[in-house]
Amino acid sequence: MRYAMNYKQIGKIIAFILILEAVFMVPAWGISLLYHEANAAFAFLKSQLIVLVAAGILLAITRDAKHNFYAKEGLVTTGFTWIALSLFGALPFWISREIPSYVDAVFETVSGFTTTGSSILTNVEAMDHGLLYWRSFSHWVGGMGVLVFLMAIVPLAGKNEGFTLHILRAESPGPSVGKLVPRMRQTAKILYLIYVVLTVLDVVFLLLGGMSLFDSICHAFGTAGTGGFGVKADSFASYSPYLQNVTTVFMLLFGVNFSCYYLLLLKRVKEVLRDEELHLYVIIVVVSILLITWNISGLYTTIGESLRHAAFQVATVISTTGYATTDFDLWPSFSKSILLFLMLSGACAGSTGGGIKVARLLLLMKSLRRNFHAVLHPSEIRKVRVNGVPVDEKVMNNVNGYLIAYVAIITFSFLLISLDGFSMETNFSAIMATFNNIGPGFAAVGPTCNFSAYSTLSKIVMIFDMLAGRLEILPILVFFSKSTWKKN
Amino acid sequence: MKILIAGGGKIGASLTEQLTNEGHELTVIDCDSDVLENLIGRYDVIGVTGNAASMSVLETAGVKDADLFIAATDMDEVNMLACMTAHGMNSNLTTIGRIRNPEYRSQAFEMRDIFGLTMAVNPEQRAAREIARLLRFPGFLSIDTFAKGYVEIVELKVDGKNPLRNNPLSKLQDIIHTQVLVCAVQRNGETIMPDGNFIIRENDLLFITAATDHLTTLLKNLGIITKKARRVVIAGGGRISYYLVKELEGTGIDCTIVENNPARCRELAEMLPDATIVEGDASSQEFLDMEGVGASDAVVTLTGLDELNIVISLYANTRNVSQVITKLSHAENNKILGSLELGSIISPKELASFAIVRYVRAMQNQQGSAVAVHRLGGGRIEAIEFIAEKDTRHLGEKLKDIHTRNNVLIVSILRGDKLEIPSGNSCIKKGDSVVIVTNSDVHINQLNDIFGD
Repeated sequence: MRYAMNYKQIGKIIAFILILEAVFMVPAWGISLLYHEANAAFAFLKSQLIVLVAAGILLAITRDAKHNFYAKEGLVTTGFTWIALSLFGALPFWISREIPSYVDAVFETVSGFTTTGSSILTNVEAMDHGLLYWRSFSHWVGGMGVLVFLMAIVPLAGKNEGFTLHILRAESPGPSVGKLVPRMRQTAKILYLIYVVLTVLDVVFLLLGGMSLFDSICHAFGTAGTGGFGVKADSFASYSPYLQNVTTVFMLLFGVNFSCYYLLLLKRVKEVLRDEELHLYVIIVVVSILLITWNISGLYTTIGESLRHAAFQVATVISTTGYATTDFDLWPSFSKSILLFLMLSGACAGSTGGGIKVARLLLLMKSLRRNFHAVLHPSEIRKVRVNGVPVDEKVMNNVNGYLIAYVAIITFSFLLISLDGFSMETNFSAIMATFNNIGPGFAAVGPTCNFSAYSTLSKIVMIFDMLAGRLEILPILVFFSKSTWKKN
Repeated sequence: MKILIAGGGKIGASLTEQLTNEGHELTVIDCDSDVLENLIGRYDVIGVTGNAASMSVLETAGVKDADLFIAATDMDEVNMLACMTAHGMNSNLTTIGRIRNPEYRSQAFEMRDIFGLTMAVNPEQRAAREIARLLRFPGFLSIDTFAKGYVEIVELKVDGKNPLRNNPLSKLQDIIHTQVLVCAVQRNGETIMPDGNFIIRENDLLFITAATDHLTTLLKNLGIITKKARRVVIAGGGRISYYLVKELEGTGIDCTIVENNPARCRELAEMLPDATIVEGDASSQEFLDMEGVGASDAVVTLTGLDELNIVISLYANTRNVSQVITKLSHAENNKILGSLELGSIISPKELASFAIVRYVRAMQNQQGSAVAVHRLGGGRIEAIEFIAEKDTRHLGEKLKDIHTRNNVLIVSILRGDKLEIPSGNSCIKKGDSVVIVTNSDVHINQLNDIFGD
C-alpha cells in the first residue's frame, strides 16, 4: 500500500502519552517530598515541565490531524510511543544526577518500562525513594502497556476506532491478540481492572508479612509488571520465607494470560481449566521446580529450603520478573540450563511477562509434530489445533517468522556486545536477559551483579533489545523499513 | 445495545459502520476469517469465526446477553435458521433476518413466530419499491420521505431548459409559486449549503424540501413533464426485476424485461404473465435498439454487474430516454460516478441497511434521538428527523433569533398535521417533528446539537 503515513495522528497520540507520563510523575514527586529529598523532587518537577512543553509543542503541530489510521500507523505509534516514553522518563534520573550518564539513565528507564529489570546501578539502596518508586512504577505501567492505559481513559479517535486493535496487538504480547468485549475501551478497562486488583492483593499480602508500605508497593509493582527492580541490593534474599513465597505465587499469577482471569470473572471456569497454554505453563513450572530442587538439594540444609529457592527462581525466570532469593549463578550447570530454557520460553501470551511465550512454544511444538507427520503421511491434510479450535495458517506463519526474527536479533546483538570482551556466558545471558525482559543473567551479569560495566554501544544494543523484546519485535523493526520514513 | 451481526458482507459491513458509530456494542459472525479480520481492523467491534446458525458459535458470540440479532448472510435458509436458533437461545432477543427469495416471503411474515423472526428485510423488494416510486415521479432523481409522509426531499438536476437556472435562490418563490426550500446543492461533486444570494447554474443538483402535496405543482412550474412513464425497459431479470414488475402491476405501465439466460426467461414468463420477457443480451446496443429502448419512457438497469448497468444507462441517455434508473451494488458512493449521466442511483444494500438502522433507532427510542436519518447525494448530505422534546432548547423562539451551527439547516417543521417550510418567523414547539439537513462533516446526535451556542 502506498499512502502517506498519518504522522500527525501519531504525534497526537504520543502527545497524549507524554501528558500521561507527566501525570504519572506526580506521585513520585510527592514521595520525594515525603522523604525530604529536595533534589529528586526538583528533578521530577523539571522533568514534568519538559515533558509537558514537549507534549504542548506536539499538540500544537498536530492540531489538524486526520483520522485515517491503519495497521502500519498502529505499529509505528507503538514504537514511537515507547521510545518517547523512555527518553523522557529517563530525565528524572539524569537531572537529579543520581545516574550521571544519560545513556545509563535511558537504559535504566527502558529496563523499567519494558519490565526487564536489568540495572546499571551499583548501589540501589543509596537511591532516593522518589526515584526508586519511579523505577518500580515504570514496571507496573509498562507491564500492561501504556497505550492500553490511554485507551482505557480516553477515546482516541471518536469514530472508527477499529485501528485501536492494531495498537493493542502491537503492545500486548502473544501470537493472536484479540479484544475481550466489542468495545476497545471496555476491553482496556477490564484488563486494567484485573491488573489493579491483583496488584492490590499482592500489596496486602506483603504488608501482612511485615514488609514496609513503600517496599510493598515497589515490589508489588515489580511483580505485577514482571519487571524485577527491587529496593534492596540483594533483591529478595533478606526477606522472610513467607514474603518470598507470596512473591513466588504472584509472579506465577502475573505470568498467566489475563483473558483467563476475565473468563474466571464470567464464571467460565471450564474453559480456563481446559486451556492448553495454561496446561503447558503449569507443567513446565512444576517439572522445572522438581528437577531443580533435586539438583540443588546438596546446597541447602533442608529440602524445604531447596524447594523454596527452586520455586522462587523458576517463577522469577519463567515470568521474566528477575527477582532473586539466592545467587543462582552458583548453582550446578543442570539447574542453570533449565533456567536458560525458561528464559527462552517466557510466560503466557496476554500476560505481563516476556520471552517467546508459552503459546508460541505450543504452536511450534504442534507444527513440528505436523511436519514429522507429513514426512510419514505425505498426502494427509492436518490442521494445528489449540483448545480444539483450528489455528489459522497466518498465525502459524507469523509464529515461524517471529522465531526467525528472534534468533536473528539475538545473534546480531550477541555479536555486537561481544566486542566488550566479557565471557561468552556473560554476553549470551546478558542478551537473553534483556531481550526476554528478565533482568539478571549469569556470570558477570548474574543476580548479584549489574550491567554498568558494558560500553555505551553495548548498552544501546541492549536498549534496542529490551524494546524489541517487550513489543515483540515488529513495532521496533518497522523503524528499519524504508516505507516508514517515506515522505509521500 | 448489544448487537450480533451474522455475515460481514455488503449489508453486514454497512451496518457495522453505522451501528458502531451510533455507540452500540457489536459482535460480527462470519465463516471467513479474512472478512472478519478486515472488519475488526476498521471498526471497534469483535469478531467470531464460524457458522452463525450453529448453537456453539452463537454461544461464543454471546447471544445470551445480546439485545438484537441481525442475520445478513447471503443465504436465506441460513438466516432463517440462525434467527430461529438465536431466538431459541434467548427469548428476549429481537431478530432481523435478510430474506430475499420471493418464495419464502409469505412464510417469513406469516410464520414469523415459528422462525423467531421479528422483522424480515428484503433488499431487492425495497429497491423495487423505491424504483416504482421514482417511476411515478419522473423528473426527480431521488425522493426521501419524512414526517409520516408529509414532507419529501427531492433531488433534481438543473438542465438547459430549467427556468431556475441563472437565478438567485431568493427568486425561487416567484418562479415556482409554491412553498419549497432548497436545502443543499451539489456542484462538481462539492456540497454547498446555499443562502438567498446563491445563483443556480446548469448541471447543479438541487435538494429541495417540499410538502408531499406540492410535488406535482413543483414539477409543473419547473416545466418538467409530469407525464407518467408508460413503457419501461428493464435490463436484467433478477429478483429486483421480478419485484419491480409486481410493484408496477395495475399501474398501467408496460414492462419489458431483457434477460440473457433462457431458463430464467421461462421462469419469469411463468411468474409474470403481464410483462414482456425478451431473451437477449442487454449489453448489445443493437439489441436494445431493436427492442425499442429509444421509444421507452424509462430504462431501469438491474443486471448483476455494476459496470454493465453503467454502460447501459449511459447508452439509454444518448437515446434520449427521459428517465434512467441505475442499480449499483458496489460503487454507489464513488465520487467519479457523479459526473456520469446515470440518472437515479439505487443501492439495495444501502436501502436495506438504512431500514435496519431505522428499526434499531426506533427500538432504542432514546429521548431526543433521531427518528429517521437519510443520506442523500452519495452520502455527503444527511437529512435527520427529530421530535422536539420538553428539554429541547429555544422552544417558541423565532428562528431568526436563534443561532444554529454552520452547515445546519432546519428544512421543515410539522405540527400536528400542519406542515411549515420554515422562515425566519417560524418557531419550534414541543412535540413538533423537525427535519434538519446537514453535510456529513457535522455530527448531530440530538436536536440540541444543532444550536450554535
